[in-house]
Amino acid sequence: MEIILALSIGALAGSGVWLMLRSRTYQVLIGLSLLSYAVNLFIFSMGRVRTGAPPILKPGVPETLANYTDPVPQALVLTAIVITFAMTALFLVVLLAARGLARNDHVDGRES
Amino acid sequence: MISNESLLLVAIAIPFLGSLIAGLLPTNARNLEAWLAGGIALIEVGIFSFLYPYIVDGQVVRAEWAWVPAAGLSFVLRLDGFAWVFALLINGIGGLVFLYARYYMSPEDPVPRFFSFLLAFLGAMLGIVLSGNLIQMVFFWELTSFFSFLLIGYWQHDSGARAGARLALAVTAAGGLCLFGGVLLLGHIIGSYDLDKVLRAGNLIRNHPLYLPTLILILIGALSKSAQFPFQFWLPRAMSAPTPVSAYLHSATMVKAGIFILVRFWPVLGGTDYWLWIVAPAGLITFVLGAYLAMFQNDLKGVLAYSTISHLGLTTLLLGMDSPLALVAAIFHLMNHATFKASLFMAAGIIDHETGTRDIRKLSGLYRYMPVTATLAMVAAAAMAGVPLLNGFLSKEMFFAETIETHDGSLLDDALPYFATIAAMFSVAYSLRFIRDVFFGPPPTELTRTPHEPPHWMRFPVEILVVVCLVVGIVPNYTIAPFLNVAVAAVLGSAAPKFDLAIWHGFNVPFFMSLVALAGGVGVYAMLKSFGFTGLSVPWLSRGDQAPSDRIGSTARALMRVIATRRLQPQLRTAICVAFLVGLLPLAGRNLLPETMELTRIDVAFAVVWFIGIVCALATAYQAKFHRLAALILLSGAGFATCITFIYLSAPDLALTQLLVEIVTMVLILLGLRWLPKRDERLLETDSSMLMRRYVDLTIALVVGAGLALLSFAVMVRPQPDNGIAQYFLAQAYPEGGGKNVVNVILVDFRGFDTLGEITVLCIVAISVFALLRRFRPAPESIAAPEQKRIQEAFDVDHPDRRPGETIDDYLLVPSVVMRLLFPVIGTLGIFLFLRGHDQPGGGFAAGLTLAVAIILQYMAGGAVWVEDRIRVFPLRWMAVGFVFALAAGCSAWIVGYPFLTSMMGDVHLPLIGDVHLSTVILFDLGVLAIVLGATVLELIALAHQSIRTHRKPKPAAVEGAA
Repeated sequence: MEIILALSIGALAGSGVWLMLRSRTYQVLIGLSLLSYAVNLFIFSMGRVRTGAPPILKPGVPETLANYTDPVPQALVLTAIVITFAMTALFLVVLLAARGLARNDHVDGRES
Repeated sequence: MISNESLLLVAIAIPFLGSLIAGLLPTNARNLEAWLAGGIALIEVGIFSFLYPYIVDGQVVRAEWAWVPAAGLSFVLRLDGFAWVFALLINGIGGLVFLYARYYMSPEDPVPRFFSFLLAFLGAMLGIVLSGNLIQMVFFWELTSFFSFLLIGYWQHDSGARAGARLALAVTAAGGLCLFGGVLLLGHIIGSYDLDKVLRAGNLIRNHPLYLPTLILILIGALSKSAQFPFQFWLPRAMSAPTPVSAYLHSATMVKAGIFILVRFWPVLGGTDYWLWIVAPAGLITFVLGAYLAMFQNDLKGVLAYSTISHLGLTTLLLGMDSPLALVAAIFHLMNHATFKASLFMAAGIIDHETGTRDIRKLSGLYRYMPVTATLAMVAAAAMAGVPLLNGFLSKEMFFAETIETHDGSLLDDALPYFATIAAMFSVAYSLRFIRDVFFGPPPTELTRTPHEPPHWMRFPVEILVVVCLVVGIVPNYTIAPFLNVAVAAVLGSAAPKFDLAIWHGFNVPFFMSLVALAGGVGVYAMLKSFGFTGLSVPWLSRGDQAPSDRIGSTARALMRVIATRRLQPQLRTAICVAFLVGLLPLAGRNLLPETMELTRIDVAFAVVWFIGIVCALATAYQAKFHRLAALILLSGAGFATCITFIYLSAPDLALTQLLVEIVTMVLILLGLRWLPKRDERLLETDSSMLMRRYVDLTIALVVGAGLALLSFAVMVRPQPDNGIAQYFLAQAYPEGGGKNVVNVILVDFRGFDTLGEITVLCIVAISVFALLRRFRPAPESIAAPEQKRIQEAFDVDHPDRRPGETIDDYLLVPSVVMRLLFPVIGTLGIFLFLRGHDQPGGGFAAGLTLAVAIILQYMAGGAVWVEDRIRVFPLRWMAVGFVFALAAGCSAWIVGYPFLTSMMGDVHLPLIGDVHLSTVILFDLGVLAIVLGATVLELIALAHQSIRTHRKPKPAAVEGAA
């Protein structure tokens, strides 16, 4: 399981970085989204791979890490997901405005 | 009875309070603004008059509130005699300037901004003089630079004003940073930032090895603020500010802040050769140079600006002489200068206001049109020139007397009286020019209107100040002497010298110097008059105004060419590589993988999910250039795999939120795609350099991906520490947070402040998106209706039995009926998620997104017009309400004396329903919900509305971007 998760984080991050280095604004937008999946999963993976132990307290079960997974990475990622959405929205609108203004979709606003 | 300490707090608070109020008043409320500002100045004068008995004889009123005591940071207000004099000056002249500004500003000017900045400046200035903590003093110091910047640039449409404002900010704020550095060094030497402790530690400071750097840094701060050589160039350019600002900030108060600091630190930093050899030459050069340049200015305000520089130089020179009597003269001259220079600026403003020009060459013979103003200006200018029976004469006499005294017997010391007399001659000459060329001679010929006296209340402040000049000049011992005594005693303590302010000391050397200066000044004026003033303009000095800022700019540009690029790709490439290398640093010399690894059993289903996910990710990277829609769909495939991972690995909250964000992002990008014209694949061209770049980027991507994978693997195969923070949150979630969903409790309770910050970011982003789209200019190729819509509409037009738009409606008929029916269902789901959030997966974020999806579906089903006819969609208000809820939940903890955002809960018994568990957390989460809902909906419908706006059709088609 760890191997699969690590590989997927690597694939998402690699694809994201590749796209971020491209010259078209839309590629960068998509690349940032991919990279944020990777980063979110990376932070999430810091809580280790655990199945069937959501951090939702059940009566009678002692509140220890033996019974529940680590809630801290989850809390961090939850905010990150929402902020990612905000970032995507802002970038998208800037992208559209730049496309209208510059008459091309190069990240520098002009074809080099 | 209110205590003196709280009075000080009131004194510092009301200008800022007034500034807020002033900023909210209507645009044309000139009278109300002036009453407000003037009223505040009057109250301040009242407060300080009341406090006067408590500060005579070297007493100090002091109030302290601990802030971060561990770091030596307290909010300390401290009023001694010297600060008192300054405070009275700031408020007295402030009040007069407010009255004057009421008449000076034209009805077209947005006065709320003006008075708001002026009041805030007054508060900042008071903050400097009342600060008992050095860090606090620097804070207010920078605040004055900041408001000075805003006030110089008040007429934003004027590029000269903007440039002047920038230059002033660059110089004074940079000086402020130096002062900050100096103050930190002082604090390091003494071990405290408390002013009282600093003032007692003079010997310690002077004998410390860090004395010289401290002194230089503080002097740079003080001299740049007071426009002393070599920093004098910013002040003349600041004259593009409205005249009340010049009168107030750039002659009477802000530029004196530097002098204030010099006087304040004189007892601890002064008395050394370094002080003498830095401060005195700077003052002398400024004094002579300013007076010389003032003679050749053709702008009335230019004359006054250079004259201000020169008089500040005189004061600095006095302080540099390092003798107690010189200090007395410096403080005295500082007060006198404030009165006559403020009145002269106001007079210049009146002339500008009534004639439409400030050019001395165009003005002439104004005495016959405005005799009263002319007389007032004459008296004030005579005070500036140092004519007997006026206040300027008294302090200038003291200055002359000090220059004759022997200080260190150097050549400079011997030459001092001659320099002083020459500069005084210049100042007589420019004062004479100011009066004679403007008010006498033939009637002006180049004016567009006939000047006349200003409204009485506009002249009134000038009258008051001129009367002060006269009274102080004639009976100094009965008027100014006690206050001067108090100020000097506060600085020097028991070392305060005896001094005599009599107007007649007999025929002595200083009087003789005054006579020479007066006679010589008239001579210089007559000589220059015959040359017409312009011919003698000195090129290397007058150009000096322009040069420094240009040089800074060109140097910066040259540097930028070498070390920077405007292109994004190299920047990102560098950023990614640097981030990767920095990430490697902590790993150096350690085993990345532990010797024993605990691996969990591989689940085939999970492997399949991620096989698809990885393929999706790679395909997205491959397709995003030309096939945007395909890339988007593939992207969501990877997102879906992420989502399943969250469910599978015990994170239901994350899965829920990820799923909802996935939906909303998808809709958003689809809406955006409609405005992104297709890319032409035929333009594909490759050369070797491009291929090379691709290989480099591919390597970077592979290395970063592999590195991140390895790093996460290395963490995951290590056992989890037992004593980490996770254990704390699990154990305390229910006892302290009252919730069973630990993630939700962390978000809204333990880390509530983070969440508050996050929803603030959401608001800012949503409003930015909204604002950007209001002036959105789409690419011209994308303005026409999309291809599919054109085909459908052409079909409607070709068939007479169909009305336009019918085909689209038909296509969407079944989905739209389903979507409409879903509205209450999804809405209920949202409320359900919200209510269970504290104990089960859900919460404000998920609920807000769900509700947003419900609304967006209606837009997709019926179009914007249809929806907005039926439901009221006010996302901005929802966001505002949400923010108020979140803040209210946070502040409610204050009521019972807990810190901000402490959660409170209790069980309330309601009739019929029974015991209900209530918590402020619910209110906070409700705020989160409203903000997430509002922000999401605002972004989506702002984009959706573009279709209506551009086409101006009754029936919008927001979803067609997908086609």
